Amino acid sequence: MNGVPIAWYLTLSAVLFALGAAGFLFRRSIITVFMSIELMLNAVNLSFVTFSYHHKDVSGHLFSFFVMVVAAAEAAVGLAIILTVFKNRATLNIDEVNSMKN
Amino acid sequence: MPIAPDVILFVVFALIAVVSAINVVVQSHPISSALSLVGVMGSLAVLYLLLGAEFIAAAQVIVYAGAVMVLFVFVIMLLNAGAEVKKGRSFMVQLLGVPLLVALLGLVTYFVQRIYSPRESVHFGGFTGGSAQDIGHALFTAYLLPFEVTSVLILIAIVGAVVLARKEMD
Amino acid sequence: MDAFIVITLIKALVVFAVLMTTLAYLQWVERKVIAHIQVRPGPYRVGPHGLLQPLADVIKLITKEDLIPPYVNKPLYLVAPFLAITMALLSISVIPFGPVIEVFGYKTAMQLTDLNIGVLFILAASSMGVYGIALAGWSSNNKYALLGGLRSSAQMISYELPMSLAIAAPLLISNTLSLRELVQRQDGSMLNWNLVHGGQIVSFLVFIVAAFAETNRVPFDLPEAENELVAGFHTEYSSMKFASFFMAEYANMITVSCMAVLLFLGGWVAPWPAKYGSSLAPSLIFGSAGLVALYHGANAARKRDKYTFPVFGVVFLGIAGIFLLPMVQSWLLPLFWFCAKTGLILFAFMWVRGTLPRFRYDQLMAFTWKFLFPVAMLNLLVTGLVVAWVS
Repeated sequence: MNGVPIAWYLTLSAVLFALGAAGFLFRRSIITVFMSIELMLNAVNLSFVTFSYHHKDVSGHLFSFFVMVVAAAEAAVGLAIILTVFKNRATLNIDEVNSMKN
Repeated sequence: MPIAPDVILFVVFALIAVVSAINVVVQSHPISSALSLVGVMGSLAVLYLLLGAEFIAAAQVIVYAGAVMVLFVFVIMLLNAGAEVKKGRSFMVQLLGVPLLVALLGLVTYFVQRIYSPRESVHFGGFTGGSAQDIGHALFTAYLLPFEVTSVLILIAIVGAVVLARKEMD
Repeated sequence: MDAFIVITLIKALVVFAVLMTTLAYLQWVERKVIAHIQVRPGPYRVGPHGLLQPLADVIKLITKEDLIPPYVNKPLYLVAPFLAITMALLSISVIPFGPVIEVFGYKTAMQLTDLNIGVLFILAASSMGVYGIALAGWSSNNKYALLGGLRSSAQMISYELPMSLAIAAPLLISNTLSLRELVQRQDGSMLNWNLVHGGQIVSFLVFIVAAFAETNRVPFDLPEAENELVAGFHTEYSSMKFASFFMAEYANMITVSCMAVLLFLGGWVAPWPAKYGSSLAPSLIFGSAGLVALYHGANAARKRDKYTFPVFGVVFLGIAGIFLLPMVQSWLLPLFWFCAKTGLILFAFMWVRGTLPRFRYDQLMAFTWKFLFPVAMLNLLVTGLVVAWVS
């Protein structure tokens, strides 16, 4: 075996994405949910770079680069929002941020 | 059967990535999740190097692991919220969610295995077009508009973060 | 393939050994320099002129009681110094110390590995070094350590921005990210250095100031100064772990000095070409140092100097003689120029430490965000315009 089959990279990307989705759905702390989102974005980056290798084109790298930039911007604003939520409610449990419900 | 070094590297770092990702989801204290996520990003950077994406690997470590995750770690340390309390989880969500996720994973894996034959494999050095020159060339010719738009996006994010996080002045 | 592995292992061992010795003796040099700025002798008793002081310090630190307080977060507490020193030492592996040389018939470069993205690798290693400090502050379970750790990490990531922009400007001129090629494009004489020919004075100054802040040195050492915040993030650390943080700080200092030399001062290229006699410069410098030492040995100011200074004089004259041998000149001369330039910048680090008071934290952060970052961006803009106009 002198190379890694491309399917293995894509499977790894799918596994990481599924784990990120599991964390997003099942965890209650806002910060952990946010980190699961970052995990999903990383999994997608791996897919982009793998396809870029497959088609021997650098465009996949560029998509991955833009995903990184957008994720960084989103992390900055999202964490600022989390800080504000914590200041107002003193909790990081998303089940308790429900004052607009009912 | 001689196994090439890049296969060994892939298996090792893929295992580290998966174990760290499970750790992110399973740990109760956010700081352990954050550090495990740094581990995932580091092992993904090695996988990018194996795929010939040298600039993206460096950008992953500098931007993602070295800046975004530092920001996460900062916020966790500042808020000092402590470990998550394990009450009030909806059982129905877990009952439906786990089989659906496993089904998603199984479907994607099956289709991927069918489409890409094992003969197309990734060798280290198979793709040399991922250097900084190539990325720079493509970034400033074909992808100039997304580049400028993301600059404006970063500016918006900076202004938004500063406005949201400042103290209220009365 | 085997020769490559063996040569690389030997190079790694040599670089590691030299680096560890340099780290220890850099502390001696710093103490002597600061002492002489403050008109006192500095370490003097342990060995001739305090030269065995680093050895005494190492023995003290190793044999000290390694206390792990019971209230700390054990895994993070143990990982933090390890992370700090690993990331600091990792950057040395891509720094080139000299040109390609031939050793026993094997051609090898005086560098552990020449990455195409060498500059990005160093930036990545310094970004990851922030974790060591943040985790040290957090795991110590102590409010002063936490505040010190957070302040230090915020300072390091804030100053990474002007540093990266200051690095980007000479990269625009040299068109390469590989550190070896960066030096090769500054080949020739002092007029070809990026500082002079490329006009990168502003970037050089911005880089040096940002480097002071990145390595937590005076005047930016508020988070770890002994009289502020108890001792900052390393309050709860003792013995070898404490030593790791200090080794990491000195290793970071060496790395940023080497980066400044490679990016702006021409690396191992001599200031004027060899045909005008630059190969004789090291011999002249060491020879005059030897003569000065012999003179001071003859007219000794203190009783002990009557015996130590002549020995130093003879050693320096011997080194001057070694520089005249044509056999070693091909690799010793570039190494000398590289070490001399790096040494000058390290001396500047110590000089500033002995001279300037420290910034307050809000002054420090305002300085980077309101002054240094716009200046670095303007410099990058002007450099880009000039490069586009000239070519």
